[in-house]
Amino acid sequence: MERAPKPGRDVPPKKDKLQAKRKKPRRYWEEETAPTTARASPGPPRNKKRNQELRPQRPKTAHILKKSRISKKPQVPKKLRKRKNPEPQRSLSGAQDPFPGPAPVPVEVVQKFCRIDKSKKLPHSKSKTRNRLEVAEAEEKETSVKAARSELLLAEEPGFLEGEDGEDTAKILQADIVEAVDIASAAKHFDLNLRQFGPYRLNYSRTGRHLAFGGRRGHVAALDWVTKRLMCEINVMETVRDIRFLHSEALLAVAQNRWLHIYDNQGIELHCIRRCDRVTRLEFLPFHFLLATASETGFLTYLDVSVGKIVAALNARAGRLDVMTWNPYNAVIHLGHSNGTVSLWSPAMKEPLAKILCHRGGVRAVAVDSTGTYMATSGLDHQLKIFDLRGTFQPLSARTLPQGAGHLAFSQRGLLVAGMGDVVNIWAGQGQTGPPSLEQPYLTHRLSGPVHGLQFCPFEDVLGVGHSGGITSMLVPGAAEPNFDGLESNPYRSRKQRQEWEVKALLEKVPAELICLDPRALAEVDVISLEQEKKERIERLGYDPEAKTPFQPKPKQKGRSSTASLVKRKRKVMDEDHRDKVRQSLEQQQHKQKKAKPSRARPSALDRFVH
Amino acid sequence: MSANRAAESLLALSQHEELVDLPEDYPLSASEDEGDSDGERKHQKLLETISSLGGKNRRKLAERSEASLKVSEFNVSSEGSGEKLVLADLLEPVKTSSSLATVKKQLNRVKSKKTVELPLNKEEVERIHREVAFNKTSQVLSKWDPIVLKNRQAEQLVFPMEKEQPAFAPIEHVLSGWKARTPLEQEIFNLLHKNKQPVTDPLLTPVEKASLRAMSLEEAKMRRAELQRARALQSYYEARARREKKIKSKKYHRVMKKAKAKEALKEFEQLQKINPTAALEELEKIEKARMLERMSLKHQNSGKWAKSKAIMAKYDREARQAMQEQLAKNKELTQKLQVASESEEEEGGTEVEELLVPDAMHEAQMNADGPNPWMLRSCTSDAQEAEIQEDPEQLPEPLAHNVSESEGDERLVAEEEILLKEFEEKRSLRKRSELNQDAESVGSQETKDSISREVLFELRTLSQKLKENHQSRKQKASSVGTVPQVQREVPAPEEEEEALLLQRPERVQTLEELEELEKEGCLQNKELPRPVLEGHRLKKNPNNQTDSPKKKKKEQMIDLQNLLTTKSPSVKSLAVPTTIEELEGEAERDQKQMIKEAFAGDDVIRDFLKEKREAVEASKPQDVDLTLPGWGEWGGVGLRPSAKKRRRFLIKAPEGPPRKDKNLPNVIINEKRNIYAAAHQVRVLPYPFTHHRQFERTIQTPIGSTWNTQRAFQKLTTPKIVTKAGHIIKPIKAENVGYRSSSRSDLSVLQRNPKRLSAHHKKQLKKNSID
Repeated sequence: MERAPKPGRDVPPKKDKLQAKRKKPRRYWEEETAPTTARASPGPPRNKKRNQELRPQRPKTAHILKKSRISKKPQVPKKLRKRKNPEPQRSLSGAQDPFPGPAPVPVEVVQKFCRIDKSKKLPHSKSKTRNRLEVAEAEEKETSVKAARSELLLAEEPGFLEGEDGEDTAKILQADIVEAVDIASAAKHFDLNLRQFGPYRLNYSRTGRHLAFGGRRGHVAALDWVTKRLMCEINVMETVRDIRFLHSEALLAVAQNRWLHIYDNQGIELHCIRRCDRVTRLEFLPFHFLLATASETGFLTYLDVSVGKIVAALNARAGRLDVMTWNPYNAVIHLGHSNGTVSLWSPAMKEPLAKILCHRGGVRAVAVDSTGTYMATSGLDHQLKIFDLRGTFQPLSARTLPQGAGHLAFSQRGLLVAGMGDVVNIWAGQGQTGPPSLEQPYLTHRLSGPVHGLQFCPFEDVLGVGHSGGITSMLVPGAAEPNFDGLESNPYRSRKQRQEWEVKALLEKVPAELICLDPRALAEVDVISLEQEKKERIERLGYDPEAKTPFQPKPKQKGRSSTASLVKRKRKVMDEDHRDKVRQSLEQQQHKQKKAKPSRARPSALDRFVH
Repeated sequence: MSANRAAESLLALSQHEELVDLPEDYPLSASEDEGDSDGERKHQKLLETISSLGGKNRRKLAERSEASLKVSEFNVSSEGSGEKLVLADLLEPVKTSSSLATVKKQLNRVKSKKTVELPLNKEEVERIHREVAFNKTSQVLSKWDPIVLKNRQAEQLVFPMEKEQPAFAPIEHVLSGWKARTPLEQEIFNLLHKNKQPVTDPLLTPVEKASLRAMSLEEAKMRRAELQRARALQSYYEARARREKKIKSKKYHRVMKKAKAKEALKEFEQLQKINPTAALEELEKIEKARMLERMSLKHQNSGKWAKSKAIMAKYDREARQAMQEQLAKNKELTQKLQVASESEEEEGGTEVEELLVPDAMHEAQMNADGPNPWMLRSCTSDAQEAEIQEDPEQLPEPLAHNVSESEGDERLVAEEEILLKEFEEKRSLRKRSELNQDAESVGSQETKDSISREVLFELRTLSQKLKENHQSRKQKASSVGTVPQVQREVPAPEEEEEALLLQRPERVQTLEELEELEKEGCLQNKELPRPVLEGHRLKKNPNNQTDSPKKKKKEQMIDLQNLLTTKSPSVKSLAVPTTIEELEGEAERDQKQMIKEAFAGDDVIRDFLKEKREAVEASKPQDVDLTLPGWGEWGGVGLRPSAKKRRRFLIKAPEGPPRKDKNLPNVIINEKRNIYAAAHQVRVLPYPFTHHRQFERTIQTPIGSTWNTQRAFQKLTTPKIVTKAGHIIKPIKAENVGYRSSSRSDLSVLQRNPKRLSAHHKKQLKKNSID
């Protein structure tokens, strides 16, 4: 195995051209390197403005000074504030707080953390209930404000590549980028020339620190790709179809010719799972500890790796399965089929949760972005489509690619990569949250062989490409999330930390049956069984205990509550109720009629001629 | 009833009068005097009866003031019939005698000693006791209601309740027993002493100390009384205001308003004399009211009333007058008031204004003789005003031209130039108008108007210009010249986006039609425009608008065919030429794929639609057929129950909610319930909630540490009740909650045995009876 930082094949780039490229995939552990900053600064001021327009920087909460806890204005300069409040409160000691009160938080950031769905209308509630609701809302507000305030700790900002006016970023070569960035980042671009063992599949661990790859001809290796320390390298003497890390980098699942094998990071075979045979693709659901395997026989099998049980084996009834991905938002597995559909699976259901017809030809690749909002598919009809997964499953945009994409992958920040033959194209979105626009590729790269596996490295601006010539790690500025959660997936964790995390993760394991299209459904009441139970109760008791008691007129002053008047009053209320009911039903009828009318067009005499 | 009674009494009166009239004719008593007195009497009687109608002394019977004609044992006069006969009266002799006094005393004694009432029976006594006891205890217990409520609503309760008062040891007390020993400390103390910093004792000022001391009871009481009084006063005032508000008389309100206005004017005049600055402030208030009036359409004949009046105005002079009055009021309200310090204000305005205004001001001041140059400047007539008002509409055009011309240059400088030019133009215009109007009379108010308008106008143009600058900057990339194009440019991307969003078809079909249309597939394909083109067309002919609403409605139904067959724009502008050096094998494969696609397409769609239809059918609720063949009619092989019967015994299943994928032709969404997940869901509503949505709201925020900051997590998961280990949790005491201990004695009623209590009472009752 050899590794060589590969210089650009083309003519070495000119210096003045380099000046135009600005890139800052800087991490907090990296010193601000002089060459990059020097290059960054001489840009014309106009350009700078545009930068800000394109990528709205996170408002720095430290500079926002207002008394209210949530300020509407994003920024108020320091000077202004001082002028407004010349005499801040003095404490007993005489020292004065220049920024009295709690630090304000911008509304948009708070809104991001609010989870109560206020669009649904509530029925009228009693005061006691209202109290509870108010408490819940206040709690939500408080916690979201706290969360928004803690955004301050996310100090890193994503870098990005930007050309001068009219310059196409796609023309920038990897070599140029490598020259422009600091040494530490440049070291992340490398090629592994492994021509012997055929096209490679690869997988990064969840922390983004480790890389495992398997060649079709049996070559399996795992390494700490940042330090390039090899953990293990073996040849399984069998076809390797896919390779995947389990919850930590210590375990490795390899889909071999017959069965599924599990190795540890020393390369020792721990298990051979014969119930999963002829596996073509692997996916690991980290929060459920499920290893999903798609097989040639058409079965989708879920294996719980924490207890070693097969949770579900579902027959997709669509022939050979070799296109699979998982949705990080709801842990639903997406399978692509040869009849142009993509089906969505959960281990709790024998049938697919949904089926989407995406292409006229077979589906070649599927990818879902990290927020679970967009799905990219490519088919045999050479089209690349992006679907909206939020309930409508409609295509948002589509492109015809010259050769069609065989592999797709989304990055953490929503960049889409497609491998077409030996070329890799990367598209970036317009804003923070939008889908990648397929108009103009953000970057392109050509490899030494046809692409066989693609994955963006988590928390690093790096794209790993497995191809027939080995492995290529390319730099893609702005691909990854710059801030990682040290408790969740820490790239720098020690062995001890990893072990502790493992225990915690196992304790927080999500049951497999909770996987469904809407992961928030758990926070809803099971209305059907609620009503069922109510019905049963009424049957058991013989009356409805929650029913409104019929109106009973109160006895009035002496002489005025004769039987006749009591009856009269009762009748009055009854009539009122009745009238309400009639009114409602009439309204409903009108509504229905209105609905019904437009759909049913008037039959015309000429209709008989239409077939 | 009372009316009846009155009628009766009237009747009686008339009868009586008849009776009385009879003897009048009698010669015996007929004297002239008597005749007079008789008339008087009658009159009095009448008065009495009438007064008795009032009700109070209705019962008072008529008295006879004269001796009756016939005195005999058969005819008893009714004199004194209203009085009650008392025993003592009978006993009393004509002359008082001592012998009867003893009898009288005895009689009195007899009278004072009443007979003892029969004691209540046992049940009744007990009931009364129970009632009293209940009332008392419930009253005592009601004191605890707020505390119970508070404890129930509290986020957290800490037991044991009584908190140890944290010993408040001021720092000086701590310090007193401590002395500086190390050299560093000594040095610091020296420094402190040098600066006369209080080291030990007076760290707290007397004010702070006073505040530290708790408020005494009396103070608290006084304060409470004060508050109570204030509240009472407020409620009186409120009640009064409400009462006054309820008065419907328009005249009253008008009068009140006028009076108020007069008073205000008087006050204002006084204020002007006494405190000119305050008066100025008042003026500002009026100015603000003017502004509000200008903003609103309150008196501009646009209201409902005004419109109705406008219709009437043709025929009705009064209506016309009323309308005019309203307009006049508007004018009056919108008239600008004279403010002495206006010019100063203007000077203190924005820099731009400072830049622009001074010339005019200097001129004015040179012209002016009086104190206020603005007031004396020549006025512009109405016509002039109109001209100026027209100006803003005319202006934008050249302005825009300017902007577009200057785009190539450095923008900032150009903008400033344009602005300056603008104002110069304006100023010259104004000057001209001045020259024209110099000869005319001075109407201070009107000038005011015109000036204010001009200022406003300037501001408006400024803002307009700013906006336009903004726009032009946005579309910097395109080198477009004029404004109209700019405005067209803005909506264009939206349209394009929309077209991209959903490649919507021209024609709309339902699912059923789809298959039929498949046959025409190729034909349709030609019709289908590429999304961007569609967008273009949309832009080109806005005449389509009549069709568009219909279209939009139908567009919700997305054609499946179109979805798959629309040609999406192909990527050809890859930066790196990615012309693939296709291997021959690959080329072959490609061709195969092409063939496959050509044949596959239709099948894919048809299969999918079939599958979907099946899924829809399967998910429909099934009807229940309860017909029994052969029941009530002939049965056997080949015989089927009649249609009528079948219809009668068919129980139709209720139609379920509409499918989620009803309008999504390319999707099949499984409607089956995930029972395994449902097992984890809540299925019983907890107590105060009556609707599941209410409860859902309270559980929507996650409380785990994964989603929350540490602090928030801790707060969300605080236990409802905290107990201290090893401490006895005593029942709550009145003193702890703030009640005086006397309430405990009230409580003691509770503890007593009710039976004993009743027995005790009985004893007392017995004692009484014996006495």
